[in-house]
Amino acid sequence: MSESLPIVEMAGISISFPGVKALDEVGLRLFPGEVHTLMGENGAGKSTLIKALTGVYKIDEGEIRIAGEPRRLGGTADAQSAGISTVYQEVNLCTNLTIGENVMLGHEVRGAAGINWRATHRAAGQTLKKLGLGHLNPKQALSTLPLAVQQLVAISRSMVAQCKVLILDEPTSSLDANEVEQLFTVIRSLRDQGVAILFVSHFLDQVYAISDRLTVLRNGRFEGEYRISDIDRAQLISKMIGKDIAALKSLDAKDSRRVRPDAEPLYSAKGIGRKGAIDATDIELHRGEVVGLAGLLGSGRTELARLIYGADRPDTGEVTLNGEQTEITTPAKALARRIAFSSENRRDEGIIRDLSVRENLVLAVQARRGWARPLPRREQDAIVEKYVSALGVRPADPERPIRLLSGGNQQKVLLGRWLATEPELLILDEPTRGIDVGAKAEIQEYVSVLADEGLSVLFISSEIEEVVRQSDRIIVLKDHRKIAELEGGQGVSADSIVTVIAEDGLGDASADAAVREEVTT
Amino acid sequence: MSTLTTHPAAEPTGVRALAKRLSLHLDTLPTAAAVVIFIGMIIYGEAAYGRIVQFNTLSNLLINNAHLIILAVGLTFVILTGGIDLSVGAVIAFSSVAGVMLINAGWNPWLAMALMVLIGTAFGTVSGILIQHFHVQPFIATLAMMFLGRGLASILSTVPERLADESPLRSLGTQIEIYDGPKVDDIVITPGVIIAAIVVAAAFFVLHRTRTGRTVYAIGGSEQSAALMGLPVAATKMWVYIISGTLAGLAAVVYTARLGSAQNITGIGWELDAIAATVIGGTLLTGGAGFVLGSVVGALVLGLMNVLITRDGGIPPEATTIITGGILLVFVLLQRAVLARRRE
Repeated sequence: MSESLPIVEMAGISISFPGVKALDEVGLRLFPGEVHTLMGENGAGKSTLIKALTGVYKIDEGEIRIAGEPRRLGGTADAQSAGISTVYQEVNLCTNLTIGENVMLGHEVRGAAGINWRATHRAAGQTLKKLGLGHLNPKQALSTLPLAVQQLVAISRSMVAQCKVLILDEPTSSLDANEVEQLFTVIRSLRDQGVAILFVSHFLDQVYAISDRLTVLRNGRFEGEYRISDIDRAQLISKMIGKDIAALKSLDAKDSRRVRPDAEPLYSAKGIGRKGAIDATDIELHRGEVVGLAGLLGSGRTELARLIYGADRPDTGEVTLNGEQTEITTPAKALARRIAFSSENRRDEGIIRDLSVRENLVLAVQARRGWARPLPRREQDAIVEKYVSALGVRPADPERPIRLLSGGNQQKVLLGRWLATEPELLILDEPTRGIDVGAKAEIQEYVSVLADEGLSVLFISSEIEEVVRQSDRIIVLKDHRKIAELEGGQGVSADSIVTVIAEDGLGDASADAAVREEVTT
Repeated sequence: MSTLTTHPAAEPTGVRALAKRLSLHLDTLPTAAAVVIFIGMIIYGEAAYGRIVQFNTLSNLLINNAHLIILAVGLTFVILTGGIDLSVGAVIAFSSVAGVMLINAGWNPWLAMALMVLIGTAFGTVSGILIQHFHVQPFIATLAMMFLGRGLASILSTVPERLADESPLRSLGTQIEIYDGPKVDDIVITPGVIIAAIVVAAAFFVLHRTRTGRTVYAIGGSEQSAALMGLPVAATKMWVYIISGTLAGLAAVVYTARLGSAQNITGIGWELDAIAATVIGGTLLTGGAGFVLGSVVGALVLGLMNVLITRDGGIPPEATTIITGGILLVFVLLQRAVLARRRE
């Protein structure tokens, strides 16, 4: 990779949405013939930056230079004519058309009598061949191809558009190991042809396997640009989550641990899993215990929680609840078995904006009773009074529409909603995300109180320190599988978890390399 | 991946080749079925009633259904994108009543005809704007336009408006004898049939030989994907409603020319006939798959069915809609089967 002129240079890019500064003076440089990874946790601004580069979002401040020329991009078509193509996480092709039609859509070869299909299919075949897909018949329906190959067809499509910059936005999230390797072969061959590739992935191993250089974003700010050889995994993770290693080390784990009773677990799952979401996992949850799920975003935390709650149907595995084997395949069944799940998506899957605090609070109880038996107002008031005061919801006005409350207080109401169903197992997915420090501390404290009272809590958070503080036992997830289970105590800290995640990757990377040798030979 | 090599060593021949083609292009199956049913109906009609496989019967089939063919072509565009246009029948009513009244009021007949077509264009444009820029559901937007069109036609007149026999508009309905067969068994066409044929040919060219046409199919497959591929989705969606409206205006001209009069209740339910023709012809209501030639066959299936019912004499006319519904149901079930195969 030579230090030639960058093909794309974004400088001082700022984008604001109402109330949020999504990007704050962020820069990005892409050179021809390199694979550049964009790293950052959820909400760090990765997708906003990509959308700025593809013309979907207008930039408020800053400049985009393409091949040295300042450009204003007004939309996908604009970006494509500037040589920037994007392949998204979900394959964005038309399954009703043939492979060749998809590759050539919008670039069909035209003659005097309109589109010349013979020439078009020939051109499609040539493009596919360049990416090692010469065995595909362009006249075959796209829907007959497996998802991974469709992904490669999508990349071929961007080659037709004479793309100089290829953006791959989490292209690997639904591929298995072999398919990822196939994709990487294609990426490397494109890189060698001089295409600049911007790669986004949550999988650290893949980032280290494919990248030449990376840019880290955090909270909408530029954190740094590094050569892949200059930064190790632990450093990278600490850049992403914004705590340096020393700070991570200094955070002390909580001293007083609840002792796990030796009795049989409340909930126990063996080999519970779902294709594309999480590999088969064993998990045991006891009464009076807070179990934390740690891992980077995309590691399968939410996916595991949704399987336990039945929001997604597990493909494999057995579930034992209170010593009895059972199947939890729908949220209604989970509720009936006294499992409650508070979603990470407070706005869309949590609160009902225009209903009052009271109505939001009694919603889950009402749902369990069924619509035919409305909850008497007296019982509603009792529930509302109990949880509004216990959780310290402010303002303590049950008739106020919930949208007028702060995020932290909305979260308290949601917590109350699930507690009102008197669950034995409470799953909290990101209960403290995006809320202020005071409310956060209150919720954390209340979770501890609940566990002391005998509730089993599964606690999920992106903040590793928070998981460490809160949990008696921590399950570490990475790349959609469980990699470790740590007893809480003095020995466990955010740092040790980061180390676990990073080292697991190192072991894996060498294993991957061995596999790759086999594949290529 | 190893199963993807589809280039056979030797080209299979005969039935197997056809079967292979069909399995490769499952989309064509409903259209092929429509052709088979059409031929089956002709054979049954000839065997049961006679005088079906005759020049004059088939000529009349085309002449009497030219307007329906034009409407079905317009709806094929809309339905291919996954939309619907319910306004076409009402557009015909308003356009034809307005046209005839203007001609009778002394307007230049050719100018009035152009205006009739443009009325359709205007309705289509408004539908397109409502759908594309105000994000109204196509069903609701075109339903509103349907009520508007019907209402405007009724404001103009509630009685049949007759056209003078010597009006140039009627000349589009004159029967031209191309081949003089024995007795009355002639090949006869009208300028209306020629217009319909040109419309079909042009639509076929646009859908299969232009990028706009391919964008129509892509939108029907996945509108979001089409947008992310950088295709002009917004403009193309506007175009399909403008095309549908314009063709409804043209159908009004062809129909009025044949009939010689116009009334505000003309065309009630024609939008549903046109949708039925399109679906019978193999276009998926969810969009993305179908052929304009299939819609022509679908329109002819409906027309031939009416001929057979008239010939039979024993079937009460009231049963026509039940039979249409039955045929439609069979085709929709066939499409479900194809879709289920495709998902495998």
